Amino acid sequence: MFFVLFESSRSALISIYAHGLRSFLTTLGIVIGVASVIAVISVTEGMSSFIGDTFASLGSNSLTIRSYTPFEDQMKGIRARLTPEDLELISRRGEGIASITPILYAARSSQIKFGSQTAFSQIMGTTYAFQEVSQSYISSGRFLAPSDNDTRRRIAIIGEKVRDNLNLPENPVNEYVDIGGEWFKIVGLLEPKGDIMGQSRDDIVLMPYATMRSLQGNQARTDIQIQLSLSATAEVDVVAQQLTTLLRNAHDLSSEEDDDFTIQTAEQLMETFDSIINMVTIVIGGIVSISLLVGGIGIMNIMLVSVTERTREIGICKAIGAKRHHILMQFLIEALLLSLLGGLIGLALGYGLGTLISNTIPSFPQASIPLWSIALALGFSGFVGVLFGILPAAKAANLDPIDALRYE
Amino acid sequence: MALIELKSITKYYEMGDQIVRALDGIDIDVFRNDYLAFIGSSGSGKSTMLNILGCLDKPTNGQYHLNGKNVEMMDQNELSEVRNLEIGFIFQSFNLLPRSTALGNVMQPLVYRNIRLKQRKEMAMDALTRVGLDDRTHHLPNQLSGGQRQRVAIARALVTTPSILLADEPTGNLDSKTSIEIMQLFDELHAEGHTLIVVTHEDEIARHCKRVIEMKDGKIFNDSDTVLDAVTH
Repeated sequence: MFFVLFESSRSALISIYAHGLRSFLTTLGIVIGVASVIAVISVTEGMSSFIGDTFASLGSNSLTIRSYTPFEDQMKGIRARLTPEDLELISRRGEGIASITPILYAARSSQIKFGSQTAFSQIMGTTYAFQEVSQSYISSGRFLAPSDNDTRRRIAIIGEKVRDNLNLPENPVNEYVDIGGEWFKIVGLLEPKGDIMGQSRDDIVLMPYATMRSLQGNQARTDIQIQLSLSATAEVDVVAQQLTTLLRNAHDLSSEEDDDFTIQTAEQLMETFDSIINMVTIVIGGIVSISLLVGGIGIMNIMLVSVTERTREIGICKAIGAKRHHILMQFLIEALLLSLLGGLIGLALGYGLGTLISNTIPSFPQASIPLWSIALALGFSGFVGVLFGILPAAKAANLDPIDALRYE
Repeated sequence: MALIELKSITKYYEMGDQIVRALDGIDIDVFRNDYLAFIGSSGSGKSTMLNILGCLDKPTNGQYHLNGKNVEMMDQNELSEVRNLEIGFIFQSFNLLPRSTALGNVMQPLVYRNIRLKQRKEMAMDALTRVGLDDRTHHLPNQLSGGQRQRVAIARALVTTPSILLADEPTGNLDSKTSIEIMQLFDELHAEGHTLIVVTHEDEIARHCKRVIEMKDGKIFNDSDTVLDAVTH
């Protein structure tokens, strides 16, 4: 059996080589099909591994609680809120929490000035625990300290993008900026985090939570966001469930009423992105497999022509002793090798294409080819080769030697 | 015991509602080292005879024993094996594989015997040397003259050391000078002990053979040396 396989491969390679151009054109359908599969997979894989990394850096073990008002209620002028009392409650009674921090977004202006430069940024009031919860670290200066909150210091920590927008010096520590008409001293610069989905994560300004509250005046209707990170042993679902119960009680919600807040995990966000990417992969994969099908039919077509063309040769081989399986194997392996060759060329081409795409579009993640996609591409093209090679090969093997010898 | 035993072989073809009797009751014994010619005009049944003898086709009725093997019961694969082991074909139009070299063509029947490449090469080289073509081994058929091509075909027939060599109009596509050379080669092979069966319509060729069978309308019209006598007298 092995001998037959080996000999068939040898003569198949000779035949493919002898008709170089025709072989290439025959397998072009497979080349294009596999190249597009690999290009698509390499780009989406690169994207999803990039997103995975990004969310890991967000703090995969973190929860975000924010208020949620259904659209209908918004129309009625009802607004759900998370209050400092909720924060108080959760930090006292929540279980499995490693650190917790409120985030209060600037209510009105988010304008920052330095000298003649003006910029807009996302300004958040938070506490020292933000560092751990959001995995944001300092490249120079210091982070927020507990005492900053107690004494409502007028200090700020800025992201790299803000520093750049305001033309601040390389080390902006000890410079003063104007935020909403008040002077703030910069005490720290955050490490750059890069973009996520085209949005900069370095365009932020942090200040102490209490300072932000005092800036907003004596508003009773403060709506804060709470971010917390879990202790190593805590289960996300269990903690989320417990917090839900706590907050529902605090907000006096009856069992018929829906939650007026949402608890979001980084994992949930990631799953959403992942499912979008998977969807795209499946849809494009479907389109591409049609092109592989067409490629397979192309191979079958040429193999059928080739069988007719070589009828006399088949007759000769049968006359000098070739059995059915010798002829069958020869044509089947020729079809298989043709499409595998196309698969290999397509693999190289697709990888090149994927790399080209990810390199030409700025801030696009690096393409990466997982091993399974190589196996998939070669497996599928091999399958196509066998599937569409069977018919011509069987036709060749079933030829009558006398008729085949007489064929002109 | 005879190498080939044919007993009341018939071969009928259906052509529309007519039945054509291509062979109609043939009884022949061929012995080892026979040098036999089938002659006859076209339509006499000699091509059908060749197909049956060469195990390319099966008789409608009758018994065929080749080298002790009962051939008429075999299926296509078994017939392929018998052809590979027992028969060396030499065709009028040479029937070489166009994309293989002379050496490759001679090695081809050995592929079906699962003989390794190195040994195949040695055996094929021996056969090519025997027909005087050891300097043309890497030429493609279209780079060879007609006579050389027929020599390659003869080497391909010889390489399997078959029990019979079966030649169908072996000089039909050759000029007279080359024809003589090929027939001399046949004579030598006969002298070396091979069994040769030649199908031809040329008396010139048949004259080389030791036994001539003339066919007419699917029957044996004349067997043995009597025909030769008739021609020479």
